[in-house]
Amino acid sequence: MAAKMQFDLVSPERRLASLEVEAVQIPGTDGDMTAMADHAPMITTLRPGVLRVDGAGSGAETAYFVTGGFADVAGPSVTVLAERALPVSEVTAEIMDGFIAEARAAHDKARAASDAPDTAADAAAKLLADMEAAKGHMLG
Amino acid sequence: MPNLKDLKNRIASVKSTRKITKAMQMVAAAKLRRAQDAAEMARPYAEKMEAVMSGLARAVGDSEGAPRLLAGTGKSDVHLLVVMTAERGLCGGFNSSIVKLARTRISELLRDGKTVKILTVGKKGREQLKRDHADKFVGHVDLSEVKRLGYADAAGIASDVLGRFDAGEFDVATIFFNRFQSVISQIPTATQVIPAQFDTAEDAGEDTGPLYDYEPSEEAVLEDLLPRGVATQIFTALLENAASEQGARMSAMDNATRNAGDMIERLTIEYNRSRQAVITNELIEIISGAEAL
Repeated sequence: MAAKMQFDLVSPERRLASLEVEAVQIPGTDGDMTAMADHAPMITTLRPGVLRVDGAGSGAETAYFVTGGFADVAGPSVTVLAERALPVSEVTAEIMDGFIAEARAAHDKARAASDAPDTAADAAAKLLADMEAAKGHMLG
Repeated sequence: MPNLKDLKNRIASVKSTRKITKAMQMVAAAKLRRAQDAAEMARPYAEKMEAVMSGLARAVGDSEGAPRLLAGTGKSDVHLLVVMTAERGLCGGFNSSIVKLARTRISELLRDGKTVKILTVGKKGREQLKRDHADKFVGHVDLSEVKRLGYADAAGIASDVLGRFDAGEFDVATIFFNRFQSVISQIPTATQVIPAQFDTAEDAGEDTGPLYDYEPSEEAVLEDLLPRGVATQIFTALLENAASEQGARMSAMDNATRNAGDMIERLTIEYNRSRQAVITNELIEIISGAEAL
């Protein structure tokens, strides 16, 4: 059995999870990654996607949808600071559509602002694509 | 001496005032508990955010490419003051103390020849500041429709502030709010949010932490983090303010209830005295009338 580590998932409004786990799958901006105990210290930003927790023991919620934020992986602990997060079991098509609509609005706004650097529009487009991918991934 | 009927009316009116203030106190107490819980829940996020950001800020430091949100614009000519107050009154010195602090700061800045811009959150602060500083207003955020403060509200304010910063409208942003200490004590506080500041003195003693890998890169993470940090600071301030407001209202209403009680006591004594005087007078009249016969 793999070594356990402390996992915390916090959003600005509340602490969603604080438990001992074996591994955490993090949807990083540059791709998914799995952190286990004694992972080298690192900080990564998140893209919208599903965060999975392994080996948390029975009964605990093991998958969360996050809209963005960042993760702090530091040896004995993993802390995920999500902008918004909710258990996958509570995610419905309506909620996802709401997020997607928000991302789309942000995208349109970024594109409409012609003087804005392209990176802003690109980032918004990526966010939108990630949102849609996450929806497809979760709800089939 | 006021007549009996007037006194009776006054007692009745003070009694109904006391009922209202008592009810308001109890409502504030219930809301205070909720506001405190919300502030409590938000703390882990804010603390972690602060820790990660100060670590990053140290790592990136004063390097050339440091983002403007961290390094500032290199000037401090134009100051934006974000003054957060309540939407409603009847909460003692809550609003005035924030406004007073903001006023002091404004006159200091003006004396130093800086330009001041004001963004208010909450109706009461706007009303009080408008009197002297109407020309400096750049915006107002209305939260009166908000039943329960959410991160989205803070994010909205933050994006407004950040948009102005990107447009070069100001160099330094400071938020004014009341830090919740206890029900009877709220401390008006000013915190500079742009450029970001960290308690380096406090951190310096502690271990500098492990060397982190940053993905995608230090700059990219910082770029993503700093706006979030501003939003988080604003959110924390809003929550502290909400708890302070309810605390201030609770103690103000407690005082009002007690004052009303004292007043009722005084008026009742006066009422009884004058009633007695009337009776004595009537008796004297009867007796002297009987003696005259």
